[in-house]
Amino acid sequence: MNLSILKSDKKNLNSFIGAGSALIFVGFIDIILSSFFSTNITAFLPNKISYLTPLLFGLFGLYLIRIEFSGNKLLDKVNTNFNSSNFNALLTLLVIFALIKYIPPLLNWFVFDANFAGNTKEDCTSGGACWVFVKVWLNRFVYGLYPDTEQWRINTAFLTLFLLVGASFFVPQKFKKYIIIFLLFVYPIIGLKLISGGDFGLKYVETGAWGGLSLTFIVSAFALILCFPIGTILALGRRSKLPAIRYTSIGFIELWRGVPLITVLFMSAVMFPMFLPDGTYVDKLIRVLIAITLFEAAYMAEVVRGGLQALPKGQYEAAKSLGMGYWKMHFLIILPQALKLVIPGIANTFLALVKDTPLIFVVGLLELAGMVNLAKTNPKWLGMAMEGYVFAGLVFWVICYVMSRYSQNLEKKLKTER
Amino acid sequence: MSKIIELKNVNKWFDKFQALKDINLEVNQQEKIVICGPSGSGKSTLIRCINRLEEHQDGQIIVDGKEISENTKDLEKIRAEVGMVFQQFNLFPHLSILDNCTLAPIWVKKMPKKDAEELAMKNLERVQIADQAKKFPGQLSGGQQQRSALARALCMEPKIMLFDEPTSALDPEMIKEVLDAMVDLAKAGMTMIVVTHEMGFAKEVADNMIFMDEGKIVEKAKTKDFFENPKSDRTKLFLSQIL
Repeated sequence: MNLSILKSDKKNLNSFIGAGSALIFVGFIDIILSSFFSTNITAFLPNKISYLTPLLFGLFGLYLIRIEFSGNKLLDKVNTNFNSSNFNALLTLLVIFALIKYIPPLLNWFVFDANFAGNTKEDCTSGGACWVFVKVWLNRFVYGLYPDTEQWRINTAFLTLFLLVGASFFVPQKFKKYIIIFLLFVYPIIGLKLISGGDFGLKYVETGAWGGLSLTFIVSAFALILCFPIGTILALGRRSKLPAIRYTSIGFIELWRGVPLITVLFMSAVMFPMFLPDGTYVDKLIRVLIAITLFEAAYMAEVVRGGLQALPKGQYEAAKSLGMGYWKMHFLIILPQALKLVIPGIANTFLALVKDTPLIFVVGLLELAGMVNLAKTNPKWLGMAMEGYVFAGLVFWVICYVMSRYSQNLEKKLKTER
Repeated sequence: MSKIIELKNVNKWFDKFQALKDINLEVNQQEKIVICGPSGSGKSTLIRCINRLEEHQDGQIIVDGKEISENTKDLEKIRAEVGMVFQQFNLFPHLSILDNCTLAPIWVKKMPKKDAEELAMKNLERVQIADQAKKFPGQLSGGQQQRSALARALCMEPKIMLFDEPTSALDPEMIKEVLDAMVDLAKAGMTMIVVTHEMGFAKEVADNMIFMDEGKIVEKAKTKDFFENPKSDRTKLFLSQIL
């Protein structure tokens, strides 16, 4: 039998496109009917074959329309990008069918069948997500157990922070320096004092009551700002010629990298106070901040060291030959280049840090994920774990995505080579 | 003329390999010396010892009356007086050409920014690259980069200039522009020690020639004598191969 009639070519282009498209269309109808209307048009076939029919129709259809240089722009685009071989055609179909099958149920759960109105669990009746839970608990998710009447202090602190950061992007270069110095060295103290209170007529709020998203931000921001310089110094220390400094740095880095964060936090909560003289007390939030900072600094050190090692020896020699000493050489020549090289690695460490903050639950501090965890065990709201964690996950994703985009922009902005 | 560099019985080892063997050398102010020799003969090591990018293990190196040793504070002062141009340019890629030139004067010599920029433009003018001052090193050709590197070194107003194969990494057509800048500098009276294979340049500029092989100075002679009647057979062989 001569099968050449089945081999598509340009002469009978239109009939092949027609036949191919029809087959693909049938495949799509089949999958749509079976996913949304539970009707199987090929039910007369054996079970296994009938399951695969949409794929078979689609594959054969795509095979028929695979015509090289057909002259039809759309067809050529489809063929080169989605349909260049039988295997690629199969992958294309699988992806499209999977999307058709699984996206709508997800959307239904998230939006169409979801419940937004009401104030109790009983208002959630339609089977989709119960966003009422998030709505009711939102205040706690953001502020933790911070007293309602004092929440303006957190708002003010963060609003000022965002305004200052925003301003640092728009003010002229000359003032930028001062804003950044203020942000790094002065503002953290003011902000913390505002939130913790105790002076200036502000009511004292103990750190155990802090929580939710605002605590996530506080812990992340402090750890980020502090772990970066410490990590950089450790990285330089590890490459120092002086054995005492070098071995101290190596020991420090390897010690902190070698233990899980959760044990470090546990130690900071339980063991650290035992080493303090009687009567002295270090707030547990401070202990946690120090623990996370040192832990992440060890990782940061290795990232920065990677950048230092990537620089050609000639850069060090050129700096030395111009009469620069160790610190001038590193701050003017080496670090600006090395840090630029490792922006992706730094961003990586920062993202990991933000996502590590939920672990502070081991010392009883409840940031966003911790508050969700607490809320879902409330007897009135049992069974809301899914909604809570999806919400927390989305918030973390947004934070991390913003950071990731910022790091990419920074990379582009600082790129001067070629 | 007074001595500005003096090397006495300098020895240097890389682990067990002896890179420099009993080097004795005196360089007077405004003297131009060209060092040549086969690769691995220690020429680069020799000039890198003069500003202590390499450490010598034995002997004395005295630059401008100060001995080069472990004493770091002095070392930075000496390095500030000894300019160096590298084979691979080693410009700072994160800074513009102008910033490359002003950085060390501002931070090492504490020069006000405005003066440093004036000085930088003067030196960039001198190597005919002033119009590229705002560009970054990555945007320039090899020859332009090397001339910028020369200008950067000159901005420290050094008493001595060291050149470590300055044209070896360049395309042939760019060699001339760099050599021209070096000839100008020589004519202006700079003390120069140049490691190079450019014999045309050596004949035009050098007062004395040094031929090195296996870590030793095989021959040191006036330029004319060196090329016209070299004494040692090794020098003759080398010259016959490269001329």
